[in-house]
Amino acid sequence: MEVAAAKMIGAGIACIALVGAGIGIGNVFGSYLSGALRNPGAAATQTTNLLLGFALCEATGLFGLVIALLILFAF
Amino acid sequence: MNLNPMEQFAVKPIFGMDKPLLSIAGHPIYFTNQALLMGIVAVASALFLTFAVKPNRLVPTRGQSMAEMSYEFVANMIHSATGEDGLKFFPFVFTLFIFVLCSNFFGMVPGSFTVTSQIAVTFALASLVILTVIVTGFAKHGIGFLKLFVPHAPWYLLILLIPIELISFLTRPISLSVRLFANMLAGHTMLAVFGGFVVALGTAGALAPLAIAPMLLIVAIMLLELLVAFLQAYVFAILTCIYLNEALHLHDHH
Repeated sequence: MEVAAAKMIGAGIACIALVGAGIGIGNVFGSYLSGALRNPGAAATQTTNLLLGFALCEATGLFGLVIALLILFAF
Repeated sequence: MNLNPMEQFAVKPIFGMDKPLLSIAGHPIYFTNQALLMGIVAVASALFLTFAVKPNRLVPTRGQSMAEMSYEFVANMIHSATGEDGLKFFPFVFTLFIFVLCSNFFGMVPGSFTVTSQIAVTFALASLVILTVIVTGFAKHGIGFLKLFVPHAPWYLLILLIPIELISFLTRPISLSVRLFANMLAGHTMLAVFGGFVVALGTAGALAPLAIAPMLLIVAIMLLELLVAFLQAYVFAILTCIYLNEALHLHDHH
């Protein structure tokens, strides 16, 4: 019984990784917007880097989710 | 009705085939829903790309435009990330990109199966990429490829940096595969969880009209998932290009 409860708590704690992902995505788009508003001419050339940064950031949070799923289903 | 959000990822034999097709060294091989979807993705994308450009019209139709645009998109991506000599990897990167993109999009069809939500598939693709990088690096630079792990730094920092570079290289197949797998898994789980809300509210009697709220949310999340489906295919392909660039040019920029 305690093991089942500890699994649930552990999976919940693993989701804290999403805090970092949230901060990261906010940073990516915030920095992009502040840069784009200063120099709108160069903004269009940087959408590739924007999307790449967004995807890489989002993935870091999802690694936490994978850990949560591993705790819940794999052990 | 089964509301388990993880049930959609179950790999199971289809067409009522309970007996394995064949067995390799004692391991039974079944024809599963995943094998079916992978086949559909591969055949559909190959047929579309072949027959869309077959008539080779001067003024392209919508289908031909799509095929040509995806070709140019990937070619530009490789050219900007790896330079001129990376273009010989175009067939490899284009195949990877189209396969991942079509798998993600076919997975968005309700009731179908997402091939890329299986770590076995994504890890196979990622290890293929890393093996290509290693073989390319050793074929081009010989033993000098190992200079990839030695950055320009004073010797006392190298003691620290070489293990870091080694670990970061060796974890690439894991991060590349887990990124795609986790994105697909998380998105589809989220859709299923919100779908469960709709069913739970819709059957709750007086509260039934409230079920429209999670339904609208599902529509919004579906749009986000379409973006993610494209973005993850793009990220997979561009990271492949970046890794290939390192194998081709080591530390000097093209």
